[in-house]
Amino acid sequence: MKLLTSNFLKCSVKACDNSNENFPLRYDANCQLQQDESIDCNPEFLINILERVDWNALVQVASDLGNKSLPPQKPELSPGDDLTDDDLAIIRDMHSLLIQTSIVEGQMSCRNCGHVYYIKNGIPNLLLPPHLA
Amino acid sequence: MAELKEQEYVHRVYDEIAPHFSETRYKPWPVVANFLNSQPMGAIGIDVGCGNGKYLGVNPNLFIIGSDRSSGLIQCANEINSRYNVLIADGLQLPHKDGTFDFAISIAVVHHWTTRERRIAAIAHILTKLRPEGQALIYCWALEQNESRRGYHEGMEQDVLIPWVLKPKKPTKSVKAAPEKVDLSGIPLHERAQYVSEMKKKRRQELRKEQEELEQQQQREASQDTRYRFYHLYRRGELEEDCKAAGGTVIGTGYERDNWYAIVKSATK
Ligand SMILES: C[S@@+](CC[C@H](N)C(=O)[O-])C[C@H]1O[C@@H](n2cnc3c(N)ncnc32)[C@H](O)[C@@H]1O
Repeated sequence: MKLLTSNFLKCSVKACDNSNENFPLRYDANCQLQQDESIDCNPEFLINILERVDWNALVQVASDLGNKSLPPQKPELSPGDDLTDDDLAIIRDMHSLLIQTSIVEGQMSCRNCGHVYYIKNGIPNLLLPPHLA
Repeated sequence: MAELKEQEYVHRVYDEIAPHFSETRYKPWPVVANFLNSQPMGAIGIDVGCGNGKYLGVNPNLFIIGSDRSSGLIQCANEINSRYNVLIADGLQLPHKDGTFDFAISIAVVHHWTTRERRIAAIAHILTKLRPEGQALIYCWALEQNESRRGYHEGMEQDVLIPWVLKPKKPTKSVKAAPEKVDLSGIPLHERAQYVSEMKKKRRQELRKEQEELEQQQQREASQDTRYRFYHLYRRGELEEDCKAAGGTVIGTGYERDNWYAIVKSATK
């Protein structure tokens, strides 16, 4: 799963919706990451996606996975249609982090109920066992 | 109980037939492709019950998360294209925050819930995941299939079990009669005619029995290769009713490939 996907995953347990701790999930530090350099960057796509990203959640997940280098605020692109070199650098970084980085194996858990979800072969499984469903 | 019925007649079946089913799903339906292609660059959406992910690559300018209950089909999607964003989840418990997505599609999925209450709940659940102006495209199999070989039509039972035959059937074998050779040594001449005719009769009976056994065995094999999926076949107007009951505002409806579809958004509060 791409790192971007973590920005759209919460705990499946309905009762956890009443807490603020069900998103983002907590990622195990031993998650195995992969970088796919062959995915091309589409700046227009990335700008629109970045606008939708919950930055705090992203910072938290990146930190879970050992990347503590993200700034506390979402980087701002310069207004207008022309992209500066700085903008392009931000876009490349974000593309590399959100789109090219994926979690291949590992686990994540709910910060509220503690339920553990597994990621196998790049596929996260968010199904609940019958007693929780 | 509804869940148990769905487990037996939907979820277990899709996992069992996944690779074979996946081979048959590759052509996007035009209305769905249009819906996806009309979304703006960088829009984000979900495909609920995405199966092998045949809609996930239609428009590369979108970020779509596909989910399905069948881990077998999600694996197929992942093998078809490892860049697809897929996960295993139940359509009634989507692991996404409410009010997030620009669009949603759910193609040929809602008809698998076995009660009206659950089908409406599933549509309502999808709508909660949309932003206020977000739209969902929902397809369900139609009762009115006058053009198709299955021949369902108005007035028929709407809750049906549809067979899926796993492997193409082997050509029917039959028992061949062995060449007739009767040992007549030691049989008095005048009794030979009678003896031969009795032997032939006995052979015919044996053959008939073998043939029957073979047919029974083939029937057993055939039923082992058939799985039944539950469908609720939607009659004209019913999908619209269910979408409204789910709290949605229906923007458009239509019929494509034996399915009714509806484009829905959350009713404005
Ligand atoms: C007829 S297939 C359609 C697949 C795909 N949407 C397509 O158009 O090719 C129905 C799909 O619905 C999925 N499904 C059925 N019940 C589900 C549920 N409760 N939650 C999630 N997916 C479900 C099945 O696993 C299957 O992949």
